[in-house]
Amino acid sequence: MAASSSSLSNEKLTWMFTQMCRIREFEERVKRTFVEHPGVIRGHAHLGDGAEASIVGSLATRHEDDLVMPSYRCHGYPLVLGTPAKALMSEIYQRKDGVCKGFGGSMHLADPTHHFPTASGIIGQGIAHAAGAAYAAQVKKTGQVVYSFFGDGSSKQGAFFETLNLAAVWKLPVVFVLENNEYQAYTHIKLEDANAIAGDPLSQKAKAFSIPGVTVDGTDPLKVYDVVSEAADRARAGNGPSLIESKFYRFSPHGNAITVPPVPTQFQEHESIEVYGNKAEFAAAKANDPIKKFRAHLVSTGVLSEADATKIEDFVRAEMEEVVKFALASPLPAPEDALNYVYA
Amino acid sequence: MARDMMFAEAIAVAITEEMQRDSSVVFYGQNMAMTDRDPFVRKFGKDRVRITPISETAELGIAVGAAMNGLRPIVELYMAEFMLVAFDEVINEAPRLRYMSGGQVKVPCVFKAGFGFAAGWAGQHSNCIYGTMMGIPGLKVAVPSTSADAMGLMRSAIRDDNPVVYLHHYMLTIDKGPVPEGEHIVPFGVADIKREGTDVTIVATAWMVKKSLAAAEMLAKEGISVEVVDPRTLAPLDVDTIVQSVKKTGRLVLVDQAPKHASAAVVIAGEVAERGFEYLKAPVKMVTALNTSVPYSEPMESYVLPNEEKIIKAVKSVLPVRAAAI
Repeated sequence: MAASSSSLSNEKLTWMFTQMCRIREFEERVKRTFVEHPGVIRGHAHLGDGAEASIVGSLATRHEDDLVMPSYRCHGYPLVLGTPAKALMSEIYQRKDGVCKGFGGSMHLADPTHHFPTASGIIGQGIAHAAGAAYAAQVKKTGQVVYSFFGDGSSKQGAFFETLNLAAVWKLPVVFVLENNEYQAYTHIKLEDANAIAGDPLSQKAKAFSIPGVTVDGTDPLKVYDVVSEAADRARAGNGPSLIESKFYRFSPHGNAITVPPVPTQFQEHESIEVYGNKAEFAAAKANDPIKKFRAHLVSTGVLSEADATKIEDFVRAEMEEVVKFALASPLPAPEDALNYVYA
Repeated sequence: MARDMMFAEAIAVAITEEMQRDSSVVFYGQNMAMTDRDPFVRKFGKDRVRITPISETAELGIAVGAAMNGLRPIVELYMAEFMLVAFDEVINEAPRLRYMSGGQVKVPCVFKAGFGFAAGWAGQHSNCIYGTMMGIPGLKVAVPSTSADAMGLMRSAIRDDNPVVYLHHYMLTIDKGPVPEGEHIVPFGVADIKREGTDVTIVATAWMVKKSLAAAEMLAKEGISVEVVDPRTLAPLDVDTIVQSVKKTGRLVLVDQAPKHASAAVVIAGEVAERGFEYLKAPVKMVTALNTSVPYSEPMESYVLPNEEKIIKAVKSVLPVRAAAI
């Protein structure tokens, strides 16, 4: 029987709320950096605000050695796994103290010491990498489960179909979490996904591989916890992969606007407004903010007092303020450092 | 003591012995390990030796992920072109991840594929696509020309902590050659002088080494001494040995089965122009495939690919008129 969210301790629930707040605040600070410190973040950054409940609910089910392999929208996972936020922000700020020493940036965070091998910036490819890590776990009998996170856009990639089929054939210990945030980059899902167009859940794709497929409210960390816990147990028991469609809304647009230097870049309005002019959709999603909902739940069930919750929020705000200061002060890498790490 | 071994057998022996030596080496691909009678399955079991669907992106991507979690996968791809449907993994995943992670991960895997099948396989199964791979930092490319090198380079490929594309030429598959006894290893980035000579340097790889050696033999009868250098790996590329040979002979012919602009020859020509120009007594000559896809019909296929006759003509063209007239 999979662990149930109803048996989570107050301590763990508080931890989950704290991690959700940390992801939100971290992403807010990344976003603000484009305004407050133009040029500090280069290239393309993708934020996970809105995904907090899905990320934390999933990762709360991990066993110690389990691996996590997300897509390029990857800031949130290592925060929860224990990578120092300073190292993550420094990486995004192209600094020497970055978790990848300035070699990767926002899209290519990696911290294998905290069970996060790598993220691929190419949509869908990380799904195959996750299955590969699970194959290694299976051959070496490590007992690890690999958590593969990817967006709804990835689920139209060849890598998705090829990998889910092979993972099912080989009964690999992997949990596929399809984060359905309704937008494939700038394109609404109703324009490009056959299941969505037909009004079916995306978890239906699992049927093609004869594996379990479940759709869950990704704005509720406890519901996410329950389905991911069951899928992880199934994987760990040798019964193969599952596909979980976790539905939530990303509050920021796909990424910062693509501009060519010296034109400054910032985050614009969400695509729902910027592209489709659908303010009502965005307002409804904001009203369903996973952090507000979970906070209210914890307060109403007596896990946290109002004061406790505020204290956590203040603590996280102060933490990320320090993180930004640290990352800004961290030195840039030496130019010739670029010659390192080409070969092992 | 050397033993005679077919090229393909030398590769299989290397894989077998490396799998015996290191339990983290796994081997999988399409249309292999189909029954329990498969020799690899019998030796190593179905965990380490597996059959896959026709899913190159998954096969290569899984190798990359498995390599990051402690395995050393060898993926059997059969045809180099099959990598093209999964080229992101070859070019933009496997060789990039270590670098982008700031050296935190390593991706030891071998992508094994045949190439250059000049036997009527026509436009999509006969190509030499290493030119696209050899310039990717982080990726290594091996192109053996003999049984001994096939074995020794496969061992190095499996033991390497980086992704390696191991390309074995189809036309060499059943060629027999001596292989040293014991654990024969050929290091990457060390060219081999397959034939010593003084008048002209030929640089060639894989099947083109065989053709060049045959041409050199014929030229020797005309009193022309040709040195044949085989880089054996295109990445890393042993430019030093090539430049040293050019310093000795002063003349360079590059033989390459790829069309010129996709060839290793153009890269070598560039390196020699930069580092060995002062030694050159004549312009560098390239003998490559003509600028077409590979045609199906035999006379046309022969026409577009390098052969002994074209090599001999090229060698004579870089020699002084007197010598060529002998």
